[in-house]
Amino acid sequence: MQIAICCENLKKTYPGKPPVEAVRGISFSVNAGECYGVLGPNGAGKTTTIEILEGLLDATSGSAEVLGMNWGTSANAIRQRIGVSLQETQLSERLTVRETLKLFRSFYSDGISAEQAVERVSLTAKRDVWVKNLSGGQKQRLAVATALVGNPDLIFLDEPTTGLDPSSRRELWEIIESFTDSGKTVMLTTHYMEEAERLCDRVAIFDNGEIITEGTPSALIQSLGAEHVIEFATDRRLEGGDLELLRQIETVDQVEMFEDQYRISLGHPHQVLPQLIDHLSDKHIAMTNLATRSATLEDVFVAKTGKQLSSD
Amino acid sequence: MHPIPTITITRLKEFVRRPEAVFWVYFFPVLMIVVLGVAFRNQTQETFDIDVIKNDRASVAVRQLEGQPQIAAHLVDAAESSLRLRAGRSVLAVTVIVDRGQEGFAYRFDAKRPGALAAKNIVDDILQAANGRVDAFTAEETQFDEPGGTYVDFLVPGLLGIGLMGGGMWGVGYAIVDMRIRKLLKRFMATPMRRSHFLLSMLLSRLVFMIPQIVLTLLVAYWMFDVRIYGSVGAVIFLVVLGAFEFAALGLMIGSRAQTVETASGLMNFVMLPMYTLCGVFFSYQRFPEFFHPVIRALPLTPIIDSLRAVMMDGDSLWNQWSEILVMLAWCVIPFSIAMLIFRWRE
Repeated sequence: MQIAICCENLKKTYPGKPPVEAVRGISFSVNAGECYGVLGPNGAGKTTTIEILEGLLDATSGSAEVLGMNWGTSANAIRQRIGVSLQETQLSERLTVRETLKLFRSFYSDGISAEQAVERVSLTAKRDVWVKNLSGGQKQRLAVATALVGNPDLIFLDEPTTGLDPSSRRELWEIIESFTDSGKTVMLTTHYMEEAERLCDRVAIFDNGEIITEGTPSALIQSLGAEHVIEFATDRRLEGGDLELLRQIETVDQVEMFEDQYRISLGHPHQVLPQLIDHLSDKHIAMTNLATRSATLEDVFVAKTGKQLSSD
Repeated sequence: MHPIPTITITRLKEFVRRPEAVFWVYFFPVLMIVVLGVAFRNQTQETFDIDVIKNDRASVAVRQLEGQPQIAAHLVDAAESSLRLRAGRSVLAVTVIVDRGQEGFAYRFDAKRPGALAAKNIVDDILQAANGRVDAFTAEETQFDEPGGTYVDFLVPGLLGIGLMGGGMWGVGYAIVDMRIRKLLKRFMATPMRRSHFLLSMLLSRLVFMIPQIVLTLLVAYWMFDVRIYGSVGAVIFLVVLGAFEFAALGLMIGSRAQTVETASGLMNFVMLPMYTLCGVFFSYQRFPEFFHPVIRALPLTPIIDSLRAVMMDGDSLWNQWSEILVMLAWCVIPFSIAMLIFRWRE
């Protein structure tokens, strides 16, 4: 299998007092044809890592190979074959969609036409509209189109759907899926769990400049040993003894409290739920809220770090 | 298409799609010419306001000055006249005096005030003649009335100079800072775009913007005020292009690191404001002390204005402008090299 990205012990320290260690020794590799997701809260080092791989930042130490080439020696050859969508790029407002893509197309020796790029991101109806008159989702699709116009083998997408409404997000997911379906490689960062679960073949969960766990989304969830979650709230606080009793119910893995919410991760809700309700009614505690769901990557993050991912 | 024409055309499209920018770049110099040209046009004949100080013989002077087209005499008392002189409402005070039975006149004026000396001479001639002086001969006077010597002729090269300066600063320096703030520069760096192609396109688009600006300014000056180019048009084109490169290089240097609009505008004002006053745009720098002239002539705006004036007003040859051209070349090469060394591409 071919390797699209390979990095070893990548470190980035920004000088200052004290120096900021944004990335503290990261190693991973991405296979060709794979969609690789980097998941984590803000400040986890996701953008720093992806910008080192895009050739926009120099690593303090460590090695990074992209498409079998090195940034130090073959920068231009790498740029010809990758596509990039950065966070927060503001494309020129008074150019049309097609003009913007023609501009980007002129930078590559090889690629698809601006018209084809417009079609790939379903902006045909908007091709002669100024960028400033596009919606947020359309702008983001145009940003992805500028990454596609050089017909790359690998694209980097830094938080491609942040701030978009659910339907715009789904449209972008379809564009990304059609790109990976054609055998190309994608590396994206996100802090949306469902995005990583839907798009990515493998994800790396970042926290504090390090990879805390890596694998396919389903394997990571299974590694929890508890694929379901019960969340509930009560009118009175539970005491330590109560929590201990809950932990002894069969298939319960963890019981935690976040603000005024309790979260139980467990294997079989149909066994746990009746005992939980019985226990609370014995103690005359009323449940004010109750929900059960399947475990997500969010729960993986919580289990590994004890912190909650900022999600919305 | 090749990236250089593509980026250049893209920049031009972005520019013409901003009507307010087009207005400021193209019509502001024209507006300046019209306003200043009208305000400072050479008047055919000036009338001087002068005071005759009230006393019992004042009517003698008033009578003798009556009916003179260049003099408007006002009969006022001494205190009021002082006020009027100070405020510039009159340029000369005439007092009729009697010295040993003989009538005479005393003049009071500020020789530094424009027109005061001329008014004094005219009044003196009239009064001397009225009191019996006989001219040795009658001089023949012919009005010199050829185009080329008016304030507008002086002003137009200055306005062309500040147009080139503003264009380079805003069109290159500010435009680059704006692209950096929008992370567009960084986005371009993630493509195989060559830095030299980008910079060359910025310069080229700047040269293309400049053409209508220069042509329009010259045409309006010609139509409205008969401002002509006495030297060769080729020399003017050469100087204008050199000036455009000079300020594009300076703009590039100003924009090479700034990461906020405030820094960029601050730097641009720091560079431009002193030159507006020092470099002879609206008035000759000869008014500044002489020891300061070499410094003024070494600034980037002075040589372009001086050489344009020499070619346009005096019909001087390009060859005679070699020292100005050298200074401008230095202002092309040095800022460009500095910009290349310190340019912040990625962030």
